[in-house]
Amino acid sequence: MPDIPFIARGFHSHRTAAPAGRLPPGQYETRDFPVLSAGPTPRTSLATWDFSIRDAAGHSVKWSWDELLQLPHDTPTVDIHCVTKWSKFDTKWEGVSVDTLLDGARAGGVTGGEFVLAFSDGGYTTNLPIADVTGGKAWVAFGYDGAPLPPEHGGPARLLVPHLYFWKSAKWVRGLQLMARDQPGFWEQLGYHDRGDPWREQRYQGD
Amino acid sequence: MARAAVPGRLNWRVATVIEARNETRRARTLVLDVPEWPGHRAGQHVDVRLVSEDGYQAQRSYSIASPPEDASIALTVERIDNAEVSPYLCDVLRVGDGLEVRGPIGGYFVWDVAQGGPLLLIAGGSGIVPLMAMLRHHARSNEQARAQVPVRLLYSARGVDDLIYRKELEELAQLPAVEVAFTLTRDAPAEWHGYRRRIDRAMVEEVSWPAAHMPRAFVCGPTPLVESVATLLVELGHDPSRVRTERFGPTS
Repeated sequence: MPDIPFIARGFHSHRTAAPAGRLPPGQYETRDFPVLSAGPTPRTSLATWDFSIRDAAGHSVKWSWDELLQLPHDTPTVDIHCVTKWSKFDTKWEGVSVDTLLDGARAGGVTGGEFVLAFSDGGYTTNLPIADVTGGKAWVAFGYDGAPLPPEHGGPARLLVPHLYFWKSAKWVRGLQLMARDQPGFWEQLGYHDRGDPWREQRYQGD
Repeated sequence: MARAAVPGRLNWRVATVIEARNETRRARTLVLDVPEWPGHRAGQHVDVRLVSEDGYQAQRSYSIASPPEDASIALTVERIDNAEVSPYLCDVLRVGDGLEVRGPIGGYFVWDVAQGGPLLLIAGGSGIVPLMAMLRHHARSNEQARAQVPVRLLYSARGVDDLIYRKELEELAQLPAVEVAFTLTRDAPAEWHGYRRRIDRAMVEEVSWPAAHMPRAFVCGPTPLVESVATLLVELGHDPSRVRTERFGPTS
């Protein structure tokens, strides 16, 4: 069914257009960094923090905080897009590529996984096809704008998957569960889109 | 009503503004008649889309202030200066106009009287809006259900004129089982009986129940307020899974 927009009487755009091709449909650019999360900000001691990749058979590989920091780092500069309509351009991150972590997990005997479920302190989860977190598209980020990632933005570490809506970039991430089948995460069970591609405006189920 | 686990596609619908009223100098309530509105739960929001003649579009999310019991939905919009959507909704849109909306959206920051309580609501500024839907839902529930769910609201605003729904909140506070506390962070009149400071640990302890009573807490407002209140509640021993938050930046 065609989605014919209704013209809002007396509404005129007075926002200067973002550079062509940078703002997905329905988004606006912000210079702030808004905070959105569903519960209190969890606080986990770095001494007990770890990141794990597990498979369905029960194999897992874990990195302590220090071990994670010793892995090769990337410093991606990316645009991010929140489903609540804001986009922020040229955000600067530091983190470890999910490819690097998956290579380590495979070397440690972790197998399979067409899909991943990222899990976080506080109980948050989000699901992604493996193709969306491999090939240089996703990181476990612990630095933002030249400083440690603040807790309200997901520190000590969050997933960073900038080509999808930002709820997929799980804050306070503690690991990835590899799965043969897709399994909806926290917001995905509550009506948000399973994949969340901002360029196709996949905000909610059925979009 | 059972949780709608898998809503269908959320179609844009052209709602009609059937009532508009100013709540404060900066906040305006729009009551919308939405064709085939599927109903909502207290705490949910809608997306609003504005499209101009030349095809430019802007979308924003606004919380629903009205209870599920109403056939229409009410949005309360805070006007942000030099923004593109909220000034239109506050200053240009009038009764009889159409407005594109889709929803309801959000299934976590929601409360139904059947879930029980005690219900602890803490709001800053326009963060009162989704909590107002919960209070109104509570007030519209039958007396027996209501009596089993005590509700306490702590509402922080800059000045007395910035308190949205003040008169209605004072009336709701007359109901058995409902308590309302206000705090003003900037300009409190001399005769003011409420708190006169930012929400702090002592205030939260005074207003809320001890953690052992296991209240369900909903906290909504600007990020610094929500961060600090949610952290306080956890420090006071409340189970983090019973503290639900919605952080508002100003929505332009």
